[in-house]
Amino acid sequence: MADRTLPIHGALDLTPPREREGTILDTLHDWVVTVDHKKLGIMYMILAIFFMLVAGAEAICIRIQLALPDNHFLSPQVFNRFFTMHGTTMVFLTGIPLIFGFANYMVPLQIGARDMAFPRLNAFSFWVTLFGGLLLYYSFLGGSGLYGMGNAPDVTWWAYAPLTARAFSPGHATDYWALALIVTGIGTLGAAVNVIATVISMRCKGMTLMRMPLFTWLMLVDSGLLLVTITPLTAAQVMLVIDRYLGGHFFDTQAGGSALVWMHFFWIFGHPEVYVLVFPAFAIASEVIPVFSRKAIFGYPAMVAASVGIAFVSLGVWAHHMFTVGMTSVSNTFFVLSTMLVGIPTGIKIFNWLATMWGGKIRFQVPMLFCTAFLFQFLAAGLTGIMLSVAPWDWQLHGSYFVIAHFHYILVGAIVFNTFAGIYYWFPKATGRMMNQTLGKWHFWLFLIGFHVTFDTMHFVGFEGMPRWIYTYPADRGWSHLNLVISMGGIIQGIAVLIFAYNLLSSLFVGKIAGNDPWDAWTLEWSTSSPPPDYNFATDPVVGSRRPLWDLKHPEDPDWKYEA
Amino acid sequence: MPRHWLLRTRKGALAVLLLASCVGLAFAEGPQRTPSIFAPASTPAGQIQSLSWFVLEITGSIFVVVGGLLTFVVIRFRARDTDDNREPAQIYGSNQVELAWTVIPVLIVVVLFLTTARVIFAIQDAPKPKAALDVTVVGHQFWWEYRYPDLGIVAANELHVPLSSTQDPKPTYLQLLSADVDHSYWVPQLSGKVDLIPNHPNELWIDPLHPGVYLGQCAQFCGVQHANMLLRVYVDTPDQFAAWVKNQQQPGVQDPAVAAGRRVFETQACMNCHAVRGTAATGRFGPDLTHLMSRDTIASGAVPNTSGNLRQWIKNPDSLKPGSLMPAMQLSDTQLDQLTAYLETLK
Repeated sequence: MADRTLPIHGALDLTPPREREGTILDTLHDWVVTVDHKKLGIMYMILAIFFMLVAGAEAICIRIQLALPDNHFLSPQVFNRFFTMHGTTMVFLTGIPLIFGFANYMVPLQIGARDMAFPRLNAFSFWVTLFGGLLLYYSFLGGSGLYGMGNAPDVTWWAYAPLTARAFSPGHATDYWALALIVTGIGTLGAAVNVIATVISMRCKGMTLMRMPLFTWLMLVDSGLLLVTITPLTAAQVMLVIDRYLGGHFFDTQAGGSALVWMHFFWIFGHPEVYVLVFPAFAIASEVIPVFSRKAIFGYPAMVAASVGIAFVSLGVWAHHMFTVGMTSVSNTFFVLSTMLVGIPTGIKIFNWLATMWGGKIRFQVPMLFCTAFLFQFLAAGLTGIMLSVAPWDWQLHGSYFVIAHFHYILVGAIVFNTFAGIYYWFPKATGRMMNQTLGKWHFWLFLIGFHVTFDTMHFVGFEGMPRWIYTYPADRGWSHLNLVISMGGIIQGIAVLIFAYNLLSSLFVGKIAGNDPWDAWTLEWSTSSPPPDYNFATDPVVGSRRPLWDLKHPEDPDWKYEA
Repeated sequence: MPRHWLLRTRKGALAVLLLASCVGLAFAEGPQRTPSIFAPASTPAGQIQSLSWFVLEITGSIFVVVGGLLTFVVIRFRARDTDDNREPAQIYGSNQVELAWTVIPVLIVVVLFLTTARVIFAIQDAPKPKAALDVTVVGHQFWWEYRYPDLGIVAANELHVPLSSTQDPKPTYLQLLSADVDHSYWVPQLSGKVDLIPNHPNELWIDPLHPGVYLGQCAQFCGVQHANMLLRVYVDTPDQFAAWVKNQQQPGVQDPAVAAGRRVFETQACMNCHAVRGTAATGRFGPDLTHLMSRDTIASGAVPNTSGNLRQWIKNPDSLKPGSLMPAMQLSDTQLDQLTAYLETLK
């Protein structure tokens, strides 16, 4: 407890938030003007969950259309808009805000800081991201230009050139798409810089880099990766806007431009982006699995090294999305190898989580249930990823439903599952109340069943030659029954998510009071009250190991004795 | 009696395991023409299939081993009601173990990589035999143009290729071009897909070993009607192919009985986009109609080529393929009848 100058008298308001509430307008004003990392974290989470519900509803419409062959639930135009918006929304308005929701709330608490390094930049980043999201969705109203209302981007979330040229995408929908991604990109860069600066410079005494919780480590690596990858995306979007409005010819194939240049720009962003999105899932698993197995994380240095390794290798694999565009055999072979290499650090992570559980006393409460399912699903997703890295097989599977199944196994099976785990795990810290465990178990089992009914089946319909992006299919292809099954799984997932939403809202008001440390956990955020006071800690904490609360609870056998 | 291949090999056993559910469902739907990647009818597709079984065996084994360990851990190390409240022994790691589960995956990657590289070069850099047939494929929103430069044929949407065999290889080499946006050529039973990208010519080869019709479709999103940019490849026996070529090389039939319909075709906008060889119609935006009636389907495979569908298609293309680039021509009923009658003579 080195720094005795804190708290500055009166700087720390320890009154529980509930007793400080004024009128609704006061509260609202409080939230709009806040630069507090916890409030911004919660706002990021609300943003992410809101857009997840919107994009989920789009997915349900897509699945109703595809449930039967030759169906007429959606017109082709609406179908194409919905899958474009579903993908764009889930990646940029759910996946990325989720990262910063968790990072904003947890990183300062875990490293014993009073706030993020740049609180105002933090607020700016959030509002810019929200504005980008609204810009994207405004395209439903204003994307029409002269072409009638009810438009929206319909060029897939890859937006391959030259389909995005004005000749093939008239109106303003594609402009809204490009501008929205530039704007959210600015928010993302700001937030990423902030996380990096916070982790580098705001750690409390004793919190060396190799004592940081893995969650914080992964958020640091994730933010670094975002800095590197959002940049080419933004550059590509600027070029696209120049093409569309200033007569540029970067991607204009009719004037000698190159469609391939767009693909390279997009995937040098797009592939690392997958790891960017999955790192929070790793981060949550690395907190939840040890706590509920009652064991220290196995092989901490290896886990850190594997995370950094994945980030580096992920920058050299982008063209495995381009095995079908006619690269030379040598280029194809190179990207096969680099892609397969990602499997090695990823495997190390899975093995270390497994070893953490080995010999533990695993408590299967709701967060751990989600993390356990994550491990199985992430293993399967990794292996289908290896299948797709085999270029000749990718020539068959690319652009088919097998690919859709593969990446939803990551995006839902890993990321969404662990997001739920993270929310059940930290909800008590953020609100002071527990989420209902019975409803949580209903949510888990229904979601698990729905997930597997939908996405396991998708692999097979891909084997049978069904391509993605099609709004309908003939009845004689043998895809009809499988598609019906896939759609029913989608409905089950929808019901599970509604249970979750109900649980989230009702627990806010009637949940059991949590106390500071409901899970008997070991990282710093559990040492402060729930919810934490403004500026988090009354005195700057000092830590001596990776699990400061373990050391407090087990003075006879503290961690620092064993950490090299 | 030799057993069926599915029961004879390990690969077969895996095949049964993996495909049982979907094959069962497919049969339950009656006669199907599923373009499965596991029913290859051409050398590249066959090579990919063998490679994919090998990869499936390896990844499947990894899943069984690691998934089995996970299951064991979940059951064996779950907290029980009878437990004391003591924390389990804390173990922080082990360099030997880390090394082991790094080296073993490295070895697996080496094996997978070398096997994959061999197949990439075998397919992509295969020497082109002299007997190969050249076809230029041009992708359009939302149909396929086929040009046979050596045979002087222009066709659309239904590709005819000769049967090949291992003794007497007669592969077909497809030169892939695009007139507008990106498309992708995918007939799963014949080969993997290759994209058609403007300004970036690609190549794909097939050597179909069994006659028949093979289905596929565009596999890169190309606009509103991407879903109905269907592919039909007809693998003809040598006699059938020779007869087809002979017919396609003829100019369009000129039947005086349908002169009225031909006049409609040539005086309305039809000829701006469509060609009928031997007439004034030389448009190239739409499919060549010189031998329209030699095709089983219209609108790039969207509907069967029947008299009723043809008439409906001319009257209002959006009713069969909403968003198709062919405009409704606003013809009178008489003109529609005349035009349909004319088109039906283009055998």
